[in-house]
Amino acid sequence: MPVAYIPRTRELYSDYTPYRWVINNNRPPWTPLTKSIAECRVALMSSGGLLYRDQPRFHREDASYRRIPKDAARADLDVWHFGYRTEDARTDPNCVFPLARMRELEKEGTIGELADPAYSFMGGIYSSRKVRDELAPRITDELKKARVEAFYLVPA
Amino acid sequence: MTSARDITEAVNPPRAVFLNFPLGHQTGKPNQPELQRQIVRDAMRAFETIQAPGTIIDLPYGWNPNDNGWEETDYTLGFLPPRPEKVDADRIEASRRAKFT
Repeated sequence: MPVAYIPRTRELYSDYTPYRWVINNNRPPWTPLTKSIAECRVALMSSGGLLYRDQPRFHREDASYRRIPKDAARADLDVWHFGYRTEDARTDPNCVFPLARMRELEKEGTIGELADPAYSFMGGIYSSRKVRDELAPRITDELKKARVEAFYLVPA
Repeated sequence: MTSARDITEAVNPPRAVFLNFPLGHQTGKPNQPELQRQIVRDAMRAFETIQAPGTIIDLPYGWNPNDNGWEETDYTLGFLPPRPEKVDADRIEASRRAKFT
């Protein structure tokens, strides 16, 4: 049974004003795929708070993101996030940021190309407005400039 | 992908793939590349199979066939790690960064 995280969040933060969740009732924006994913440039993105080498940590309400080179080794990666238990992600970042797996899929031709860099941010941001108006447009601008055709967003 | 199906149902993105695993394991278990590969392959296939905007595909993999205990405790009181005080966070960060300079 899928866990209901909305009521759980309400309980966890019962001392605070109830969170106003984003609800989109309209039809989602839609760009059809015009070719096979095996021909597409795909970007990997995670909200799990991944950091590459000496990149600075994330702070509260931090709408910044990190660029992670597609050839980053496991030893180059660490995790900074307090919205989930990060032990397994720190042991093997591929649990929330499957960079090594995406490199393999690129090599075997399942995806056309893995975009460089991959992206990471810290998803525990209270303000959905900040995500919508600051974080998301900045990343999508870069993705568009890099002619990324699809992005794979993995949450923590 | 989505680790919280109810939140994603509300957000209503164009395409989503749901895997019923504990938070922090959305693309698999540590040091299990075969399972990770299977999950990621399924997600890539979903780019092509999802035709109707707002579709959520449910992946068939289970965390532990004998024990769903994690569903009771995920994201409940006592689940989240404490956020460190700034001085401790600075110290942790300094030791991480020192490895690379």
